[in-house]
Amino acid sequence: MNRIEACFARLKEEDKKALIPYITAGDPSLETTLGLMHALVKNGADIIELGYPFSDPSSDGPVIQRAVERSLSHKTRLRDVLEVVRRFREQNDTTPVVLMGYLNPVEYMGYSTFAETAVKVGVDGILVVDMPPEESSDLHQVMRNAGIDTIYLVAPTTTPERAESICKLSSGYVYYVSLKGVTGAANLNVESVISRLKELRSHTNLPIGVGFGIRDGESAAKIAAGADAVVVGSALVSKVAELEHEQHYSAEFLQQKTALIAEMRTAMNQAKNAA
Amino acid sequence: MSEPKTSKQAYNSPDSHGHFGPYGGIFVGETLMPALEELTRQYEKLKHDPDFWAEFDYDLAHYVGRPSPLYFAERMTRKLGGARIFLKREDLNHTGAHKVNNTIGQALLARAMGKTRIIAETGAGQHGVATATVAARLGLECHVFMGTEDIKRQSANVFRMKMLGANVVGVDSGSCTLKDAMNEALRDWATNVDNTYYIIGTVAGPHPYPMLVRDFQSIIGREVKEQCMAQHGRLPDSLVACVGGGSNAIGLFHPFIDDTQVRMIGVEAGGLGIATGKHAAPLSAGKPGVLHGNRTYLMNDEDGQIIETHSVSAGLDYPGVGPEHSWLKDLHRAEYTAVTDDEALDAFRYLTRTEGIIPALESSHAVAHAMKIAPGLDKDHLMVINLSGRGDKDLHTVAEIDNIRI
Repeated sequence: MNRIEACFARLKEEDKKALIPYITAGDPSLETTLGLMHALVKNGADIIELGYPFSDPSSDGPVIQRAVERSLSHKTRLRDVLEVVRRFREQNDTTPVVLMGYLNPVEYMGYSTFAETAVKVGVDGILVVDMPPEESSDLHQVMRNAGIDTIYLVAPTTTPERAESICKLSSGYVYYVSLKGVTGAANLNVESVISRLKELRSHTNLPIGVGFGIRDGESAAKIAAGADAVVVGSALVSKVAELEHEQHYSAEFLQQKTALIAEMRTAMNQAKNAA
Repeated sequence: MSEPKTSKQAYNSPDSHGHFGPYGGIFVGETLMPALEELTRQYEKLKHDPDFWAEFDYDLAHYVGRPSPLYFAERMTRKLGGARIFLKREDLNHTGAHKVNNTIGQALLARAMGKTRIIAETGAGQHGVATATVAARLGLECHVFMGTEDIKRQSANVFRMKMLGANVVGVDSGSCTLKDAMNEALRDWATNVDNTYYIIGTVAGPHPYPMLVRDFQSIIGREVKEQCMAQHGRLPDSLVACVGGGSNAIGLFHPFIDDTQVRMIGVEAGGLGIATGKHAAPLSAGKPGVLHGNRTYLMNDEDGQIIETHSVSAGLDYPGVGPEHSWLKDLHRAEYTAVTDDEALDAFRYLTRTEGIIPALESSHAVAHAMKIAPGLDKDHLMVINLSGRGDKDLHTVAEIDNIRI
């Protein structure tokens, strides 16, 4: 059983839903990213989606665009992001780490080199935003051979036929994009999300995560009522944006800075208990 | 010994998934995939509908003013003393460039698909103007994304777009130029996909755009073929066009791909010189990668980050290039080269003074390369330069370089 499977198995036993925060590696520095990853776990994160920066993030809203720009302003490279995961694993061997970003940096590193390094440092999954199933066969094969899950997106616009084939192809979990738009948008419609999740469940036994537009404990709890996992990116990244590149931060400070995750964790647990 | 090619297979790219060899394809977030599939379906249907093309041809004839002349540049030919030079006068089109051929076609598609809102990206502003123009004509809401750097250097076109009723949205992320405008257009499209049609201005982006923009622009090459046959009883010997995204070049080249005796030369923006790194010439100095929905030659650093480009011409200032050009390069069917800002500026002045035609700075790149090679070619060599746009929009840029206040 890999870390992602183990994580969802444990949560099932505890009758809890997964909380998956996203941060951009290198924002504001790689050192702080490492500290943030541990802080997120302490605050109740179950899986970490770690963004590797790309200069042209055309699926992301302004908050993550700026995070990527901050990261690239001191030339964060994909191999540096992998090194952060290696260091994270020195102290944490259970929390799954999913790398999330765009295809071009992976192309430049080379699929095999990327897969070999990723598995060695302890990456569990990859989500390449601009790589739909139609174009993924080579990378997916390399990842599968390395034992790394490839996670695909399903969107509100996805037809039922496409959704079925995407669900069959995914491993680890399926990521449902909760709204038409970019990350951090404000037009989340909980009811329509919940009804779409029912359809997806008829195609797959994989856990289904929901992201885009979830910003606080309340929206997290509502989504968690129908999903297996809640992904939060922009709302968290906008907190991280207040940190400085040069500064060293204590573990306590970073935990406090990411208290949004603890708030979401509590709200999700309470909703569960109330139900 | 390599054998001569015995079976000449007709060129037939892209495949049904939009691949030109290893290039092209569809690399976008899932939200846009169904919209692209729908667009492909609609286009495949309309492609075989004679009424659609009849309307397209009618608009090109009566609204754009086609066919555009194939003009013999006699004085330029005499001065250079080599090849006979002909200019394909896309600068005479309505709105002043080849861009309108494509926006006419895509606006008809948008209307057929029942979309009420049009978006576009623009660099120099020519595509933005051409889009705002057709949107005004069809009464469609229009939003044009433009980098704030480009807004500064192309203020006349910004004003034209606004006059035409378009909303010009300044984009201040990344390098604040064309590539960032394209990112923003993709974001808007993902958000408003239900009622919005995205008119991409060049032969790049996800499938089916490189194919359909090419099909609409191929009118250029088809006319050149007919005009050349009518004027000279034979095909031209060489075709020269500037390449940014590459829509005017592919429009000229495509009808000639199977005529392998016709040399095809694409001229990229060499900026301050390829060796300086400050240029916009991915085919001359880049490597394949994935950007804006397709795999193609790109300007990246060694970590796969897109690097900032430089060109005196906003329309060529783009780090990628249409995937079909990447494929034609690898097939050795087309040659690609670059000229510098200075060479393009010299050509701009030269054509103006020699033929009384003020070319766009983009097109001046093609003129500059033609000036280099024409003198060494036979006097019966027929060379066609695609004069893709007129230079009125660049007067401000050139005056500034010459320290003249206008």
